[in-house]
Amino acid sequence: MAAKFDLNDDSVVVVIGSGAGGGTLSNELAQKGINVVTLEAGGRHEIEDFVNDEWASFGNISWLDKRTTSGTWRVAKDFSGLPAWIVKAVGGSTIHWAGASLRFQEHEFKVKTHYGELAGANLLDWPITLAEMEPYYDKAEDKMGVTGTHNIPRLPGNNNFRVLAAGAKKLGYKEFHTGNMAINSEPRDGRGSCQQIGFCFQGCKSGAKWSTLYTEIPKGEATGHMEVRPNAQVLQIQHDDSSKVTGVLYADKDGNQHVQKARVVAVAGNSIESPRLLLNSASAKFPDGMANSSGMVGKNYMRHMTGSVYAIYDKPVHMYRGTTMAGIIRDESVHNPARGFVGGYEMETLSLGLPFMAAFLDPGAWGKQFAQDMEGYASMAGMWLVGEDMPQETNAITLHATEKDQYGLPVPNVHFDDHPNDVAMREHAFKQGAAVYEAVGAVRTIRTPPYPSTHNLGTNRMSANAADGVVNKHGQTHDIKNLFVSDGSQFTTGAAENPTLTIVALAIRQADYIAEQMGKNEI
Amino acid sequence: MSKTMMGRRAFLATTSAVGAIAVAGGNLVIGGNGAWAMSTTALTGDEAAMLVRMARAAYPHAKLDDAIYGKVIHGLDEQAAKDEGLLKTLQSGASMLKDKKFDTLDPDAQEAALREIQDKPEFQTVRGACVVGIYNNPEVWPIFGYEGESAAMGGYINRGFSDIDWLQDA
Repeated sequence: MAAKFDLNDDSVVVVIGSGAGGGTLSNELAQKGINVVTLEAGGRHEIEDFVNDEWASFGNISWLDKRTTSGTWRVAKDFSGLPAWIVKAVGGSTIHWAGASLRFQEHEFKVKTHYGELAGANLLDWPITLAEMEPYYDKAEDKMGVTGTHNIPRLPGNNNFRVLAAGAKKLGYKEFHTGNMAINSEPRDGRGSCQQIGFCFQGCKSGAKWSTLYTEIPKGEATGHMEVRPNAQVLQIQHDDSSKVTGVLYADKDGNQHVQKARVVAVAGNSIESPRLLLNSASAKFPDGMANSSGMVGKNYMRHMTGSVYAIYDKPVHMYRGTTMAGIIRDESVHNPARGFVGGYEMETLSLGLPFMAAFLDPGAWGKQFAQDMEGYASMAGMWLVGEDMPQETNAITLHATEKDQYGLPVPNVHFDDHPNDVAMREHAFKQGAAVYEAVGAVRTIRTPPYPSTHNLGTNRMSANAADGVVNKHGQTHDIKNLFVSDGSQFTTGAAENPTLTIVALAIRQADYIAEQMGKNEI
Repeated sequence: MSKTMMGRRAFLATTSAVGAIAVAGGNLVIGGNGAWAMSTTALTGDEAAMLVRMARAAYPHAKLDDAIYGKVIHGLDEQAAKDEGLLKTLQSGASMLKDKKFDTLDPDAQEAALREIQDKPEFQTVRGACVVGIYNNPEVWPIFGYEGESAAMGGYINRGFSDIDWLQDA
């Protein structure tokens, strides 16, 4: 039975956001008997509300509030108001995510040590190691039902995977399979197995894919220690004279503003909204924004080196049938500077429906060649390239000087320029991606530029030293003991892997720490 | 069908695939050699017909009827009835193509003509409407081999998610 807490109840933990970080943290705390109020900016849409229709779904669940962009990245030109393709709804972007659940590699927690000084890159080692994370990765994989772990069989390969795998083999790659996916390959945890529907990005209609919407959140609510308030947009975090946070100001669906008191506040609004909220919470005591003594709030924005390769064959593939991210080649994810860049990348199948293919294949393109490419749709195979991008201090979320949102608060601007390392890695990945498909007879391959960001990282980064980042190894802000960051914005660096598993593992770990600190009356 | 329209159809067959006539209560655009027709309110029939040509030249698919492109322009015409700025842009675009004698050009020359104005709002407005209006039209999906909604049919687990038969597998 879901709890209901009073606005003046200052014993609760307030979690802002209900996605991979916030949804998981909320449930983990509730399971320990800690009272949690989860404030979610978006509405609550259940599985039956999801639609197998790309544009309709995009309109229903995306974060479409006003944002601006700057920098030389192509997204700023083609999708100037849409820097990120993420979700505004209970469950957050775990509704939209593809399900890839990969652990970071040991060296990716220590990039400064391994990569050395790189001009323009603001590299830093994480204050935690893979060894420290392993028990939490274990728990996260078990919670999410990740295939290829805990004796959970891998998913069967669809057409798109089979083309990728055949090409990988021809090319001599060794590590390729249908991935480590938080998608049930057999019934588990009260959810059925994957029906190969496709439309993973539009919300899984069978519930086979893990999403906090129908796992963590109802489980947390069932404890009687958790209340989720949808349509609650947090505007400001409040504090007292002793620099402890005391609660949050939020607007409900009718625009009425309320203050929810809190003992602890955890911010998990994804890497654009989380730093924006801290910056918008500036006060006389914190003139540069909350938890920002380092000046790093909003800085070091990462979005992964990405790109896609689509290949056209002379025979049908029907790549859109079945799991959207249906398989992976991992051989290029190693750190091998002989390739001309540091860090590595993953090659993961990806498909788009015809409507989104038209919008994203080569944004803005038209004419005979484009039309011909679109006519090859049924014979296309596709992969997404995702690799470690370099943190740069100038890549940042800042408050817009003049543009305001519906509450009168400055909208976020997202500035991004590729680092030369990102450019070199993308070039390598494009070539290798095309080679995979050409090895099995592609008639044509197409380099598709990065989509609006789905992996948004690093804007409240974790650091051992308070001068280098915003939060410590537990996601606790260096400046304010009872203020935490619980999403991908705490990532020190991005690694090559899809971030969700690490966000979930960190949230489980953080819940243990918050409970312990509350038990000791430290917070 | 009235005699006038039949006559018009015969005329169209010998010139261009899209033409326009004015009728009471609106402007009629006839395309596909008479296979479809639409009426416009804000745009004249000639303007709309020219913009249909622009849409097809921007996204030339021989297997799509003019009706598909016509639907996009029809949508723009409806918006333009409430948006004078948009109407001016559309009218200006049609006028540019008229000056270029666009309807007399072959497909390659049409594309070249559009490249000359590709950064202008006159082109980008139509292009932007096309990229959604053409490829998000469910009538178009089967023509491109896209099957659309699948959950209601039980997904593809028993409907060919792994039916590729020409590949030498890994």
